[in-house]
Amino acid sequence: MPILELQSVSKHFGAIHALNEVDLTLESGEVLGLMGDNGAGKSTLVKVIAGNFPPTHGEVRIGGEPVHFHKPVEARQKGVEVVYQDLALCNNLSAAANVFLGREIKRRAGPLRWLDHKAMAKRAGELFSELKSETRPRDLVRQMSGGQRQAVAIARTRLSQARMVLMDEPTAAISVRQVAEVLDLIRRLKDSGMAIMLISHRMPDVFAVCDRVVVMRRGRKVADKAIHATSPEEVTGLITGAIHAA
Amino acid sequence: MSTEAAKPPPQANVSIESVLGVQQHNVWQRIAGAQSFWVTVALILICVVMGYLQPTSFATTDNFFNITRNFSFIGIMALGMTAVIATGGIDLSVGSIMGLTAVASGLTLEAGYPAWAAIVVGLAAGGVTGLVNGVIIAYAGISPFVTTLGMLAIARSCAVVLSGNRMLYKFGPGGPAFKALGSGALSITSTLQLSYPLLFLIVLTALLALVYKMTSWGRHVLAIGGNEHAALLTGVPVNRIKVQVYVVSGLAASFAAILAVGWEGSAINALGVTYELLAISAAVIGGANLMGGEASAYGAFIGAALIFVIRNSLLMAGVDSNWQGTFVGVFLIAAVYLGKIRGAKRE
Ligand SMILES: Nc1ncnc2c1ncn2[C@@H]1O[C@H](COP(=O)(O)OP(=O)(O)OP(=O)(O)O)[C@@H](O)[C@H]1O
Ligand SMILES: [Mg+2]
Repeated sequence: MPILELQSVSKHFGAIHALNEVDLTLESGEVLGLMGDNGAGKSTLVKVIAGNFPPTHGEVRIGGEPVHFHKPVEARQKGVEVVYQDLALCNNLSAAANVFLGREIKRRAGPLRWLDHKAMAKRAGELFSELKSETRPRDLVRQMSGGQRQAVAIARTRLSQARMVLMDEPTAAISVRQVAEVLDLIRRLKDSGMAIMLISHRMPDVFAVCDRVVVMRRGRKVADKAIHATSPEEVTGLITGAIHAA
Repeated sequence: MSTEAAKPPPQANVSIESVLGVQQHNVWQRIAGAQSFWVTVALILICVVMGYLQPTSFATTDNFFNITRNFSFIGIMALGMTAVIATGGIDLSVGSIMGLTAVASGLTLEAGYPAWAAIVVGLAAGGVTGLVNGVIIAYAGISPFVTTLGMLAIARSCAVVLSGNRMLYKFGPGGPAFKALGSGALSITSTLQLSYPLLFLIVLTALLALVYKMTSWGRHVLAIGGNEHAALLTGVPVNRIKVQVYVVSGLAASFAAILAVGWEGSAINALGVTYELLAISAAVIGGANLMGGEASAYGAFIGAALIFVIRNSLLMAGVDSNWQGTFVGVFLIAAVYLGKIRGAKRE
């Protein structure tokens, strides 16, 4: 059974139909590439799944069970982790504070509970080194490079044992070496049975790690193909509309 | 290719030593980068100069006692204000909350209830007013500026109506204990005394500093001011915390009012008029960023101290006391300007 199923999901913002009758499935241990031009509706799709806003029509099922999220935390409780396109970081806090925001590690004595800064810095440091990122846990995000910020946003998804990770352009701002690390991480997550949705404009990344590619155009799904059954040329044609559908 | 193999890319270093090393490296930078540090330096300089110029009036234990007590009321309000400002909000109603609290506590005492009842009623007046502010701001989405400006008028007019526009001073049996809270003092030596308001301010400053540094609540308050949307996405209960900061600010203002009434021995509905200016100025001078995301409990303390030491110094220098507002206003604008320069440097 697919871990994630969307059944004719639509999302309208007033007159804008950002998503139109999208059907989609995602299996555990599968990496799905989601491609499409700017404004095609990719981020909107991620946000519907992640509980940022409800779909206007249609149904989202996780593990076979219909879900109606009102808040992003509810999606997270169901094992959905997200790397948002805008990264969703607080510039005024440290890298470690951002990684653990909303689920801080605490120590307790009786009724008192206080932050365990050391444990959080250590764990965040481990996650950054796993991503081969030179990010110091105690540095403020404000002072960080684009790649370091991205590492913070990705590290955040590694805290809990998620069932699926939705990555909205996780490789947009990072160096070649870090792209390789992120792709490597995606492969490792896949091997551990996690489902991954990778949104990217970078054709080589998608063809390097994805099992399947879905192409969206103007809010509609125009293709859903196994990666070995298609080619970068075909996908490019589908994105631009040169090829109508496949 | 061979050079690549010879020189593996540097690994991210996560040994605990490196983490601590980074932290040590940051301590001096952090201190020197904090506005409250420079305000402290300025405060010490002013005190040294004034002590030298006016050894018999400024540098006396009496004057120390008076200044420290006077800035304690504002300091306590400013502590609550830092939490509101940290979320990117503002609370203009704190002065009026003082008036409302004074009247509520005063009426309770005049009705013959004990001191603790007057304290509870006074704190409830501020807490409930803060709750109303917070609910309107968080759930109705009205801006903090408009909401608390409205509350500034509402709370003051309620205070005037409730008091029948008269001074309340015929406190019943609860009077002495209630007054002791604000007018009492701890004797250190035969001449040096620390007022209770100062002691409360010190304890509350330490407590709030711990809350900011060591609790997830403190961290969430700062996160909301830093990036409210990100805080929401990561599961911070944004609306609940917004309500809570206005309750904290309201409670702080009422506690300051309770101490002020105790010290003056009477309650007037005009208590705290324009004190919102002083509380906001103290917080901002101490380094709170009106854009949100930055606040310091110690900053509120030292900001309040600076305002009152300058005020006192001007009086002693024979400057017309009506100039005080000009000085506070200039300091407020200058503090925001300095914060802006620091912010631009950091980006
Ligand atoms: N909150 C919103 N309110 C109104 N319109 C929106 C909102 N979010 C997205 N849209 C619109 O929905 C459409 C799809 O946007 P979306 O962000 O999903 O595109 P995308 O495929 O992620 O594009 P990109 O590659 O640029 O990230 C766009 O026309 C956008 O303007
Ligand atoms: Mg997008």
